[in-house]
Amino acid sequence: MNWPVAIPLLVFLIVVFAVGIYASKRIQQAPVFLQEYFLGSRELGGLMLAMTMVATYGSASSFIGGPGVAYTVGFGWVLLAMSQLVTGYFTLSVLGKKFAIMARKIKAVTLVDFVKERYQSKWVVLLSSASIIMFMFAIMAAQWIGGGRLIQAVTGLSYTAALFIFAVVVLVYVAIGGFRAVAITDTIQGIVMFFGTILILIGTIVAGGGVSNIISELAAENPNLLTPYGHEQQLSAIYVSSFWILVGVGVVGLPQVAVRAMAYKSSQAMHRALIIGTIVVGLIMLGMHLVGVFGRAVVPGIEVGDTVMPTIAMEVLPAWLAGVVLAAPMAAIMSTVDSLLLLVSSSIVKDVYVNYIKPEATEQTVKRLSITITAVLGLIVFFMAVNPPDFLIWLNLYAFGGLQAAFIWPIIMGLYWKKGNKYGALASIIVGVSTYILFDLFWKNPLGMHGVVLPIVLGFIGYVAASLLTQHRTMAQQQEVVSRFWGA
Amino acid sequence: MADKPNSDQGLDTKFQEDPRFKVSHREAIIGIVIAVANFMWWFAFAYGLGSKPVEEYTYILGLPAWFFFSCVLGFVVFSCIVFLAVKFFYKEVPLDDDQGGGLK
Repeated sequence: MNWPVAIPLLVFLIVVFAVGIYASKRIQQAPVFLQEYFLGSRELGGLMLAMTMVATYGSASSFIGGPGVAYTVGFGWVLLAMSQLVTGYFTLSVLGKKFAIMARKIKAVTLVDFVKERYQSKWVVLLSSASIIMFMFAIMAAQWIGGGRLIQAVTGLSYTAALFIFAVVVLVYVAIGGFRAVAITDTIQGIVMFFGTILILIGTIVAGGGVSNIISELAAENPNLLTPYGHEQQLSAIYVSSFWILVGVGVVGLPQVAVRAMAYKSSQAMHRALIIGTIVVGLIMLGMHLVGVFGRAVVPGIEVGDTVMPTIAMEVLPAWLAGVVLAAPMAAIMSTVDSLLLLVSSSIVKDVYVNYIKPEATEQTVKRLSITITAVLGLIVFFMAVNPPDFLIWLNLYAFGGLQAAFIWPIIMGLYWKKGNKYGALASIIVGVSTYILFDLFWKNPLGMHGVVLPIVLGFIGYVAASLLTQHRTMAQQQEVVSRFWGA
Repeated sequence: MADKPNSDQGLDTKFQEDPRFKVSHREAIIGIVIAVANFMWWFAFAYGLGSKPVEEYTYILGLPAWFFFSCVLGFVVFSCIVFLAVKFFYKEVPLDDDQGGGLK
């Protein structure tokens, strides 16, 4: 066991664990259990809101996968990654106060609550919950695998043992602490990610003998590394630009991000989060991907992309500091997993059980059920991650774009277009998700863009067309919805 | 803070739109405008300066100029724009509904 590196990592795990226990105390005192467990009683302040958004969104791919690709591809991939700067301010500006206000009007606790009240349709609810449960499960498992591998690489434990440690920590604090525990730990994790990024960037530049030196080594190896087009000139401008949809503005359609836009305390918190979030996202994305590119000159010849970050950290920093820095990807993984776990659990408990199976369930039952389901879900994900089945890996490829294709229009148009109705929402979910999967199977990168772009466009057309065509059928219902959601 | 009645929905004329939504609509538009400007800045510098042959690249702080302007300076500039936009254009409104939704 590599103790100097492992100790800071273990200390980090213990701190996170302790915070979860602390947050669970708040649940006992909260007036409304569901609001507290799944939304932290809508009390997020600015820093917490910013950090929980950044941390939820910044996953294993920002810290492990992304830098690994940048190592191979060069500056073109950093350019692509910087399209994420927009998520910091765009999501909160667009969902913004409107979503927070509407969610409060109808007392929504989950994204599906919003969808349910806005569209008044059982089918929209079931389809939304199914997409959330299915895709989130896949993303979660992939992240757990990343978490296990990272602990394994750093400490030398076996994969299963590493995964077990990871799972126990995350499970306990999420299951008993709920959203508040997730938000507080996300804040700590976000701060670790922020400073970890700065540390490793500086360490890499110093180890490489300065930026100019690193750049000339890269130029000597392959000048294409310095261009926006990638090491084999494989990145076209339109392909890279289309990532502004997938990882930029499309992020408003991700349920785990959207739900945070209804959990903040005040406008002031939102304003502060906008600024902090933009700076933190920008710095992490820029810094981590630059480390990947610079790392090529500092530690050449790394074969497996996913090991680039840990290898560089252990190479350029003193062991104990590498341990601190490697807590950053660990934090990124944990903070994504914890939010997803809670989201899936809320989908089952609130959206399916309380809505359709047993609306008269008592507070006590719901409480016990929420904690149990969260824990059981975690265990299922754990066993899946120990020996990941193929369909899960397959599903994970579609998860990010699939969620966006499903939810972006029901959310955005639901907020901004009074004529949007349940047929529109159904059409856009079905068209969006199915064309996304079909394009991937039969027409990769249509028109040179990432596969998510066209399905989002088609989903929009579907939403508008279906809503307009069925206006006469939903007149009465729409009037009621409009006065509830838009009325003064 | 009376709002004009919303007649295009075929609703009764007494319908008053929540006045807070005016604020949120304005902010959504600001967000979109910043995003479009951000994209143009990012794209123009990256492909405007970066399409040259590598031998003709210039460097700033050791980084290729296209990258410095597009990603590093762009990050700084747009962080400042977001900061200023929030300070001067974003309004504080109460989020809670006094009537409490009433329907549930």
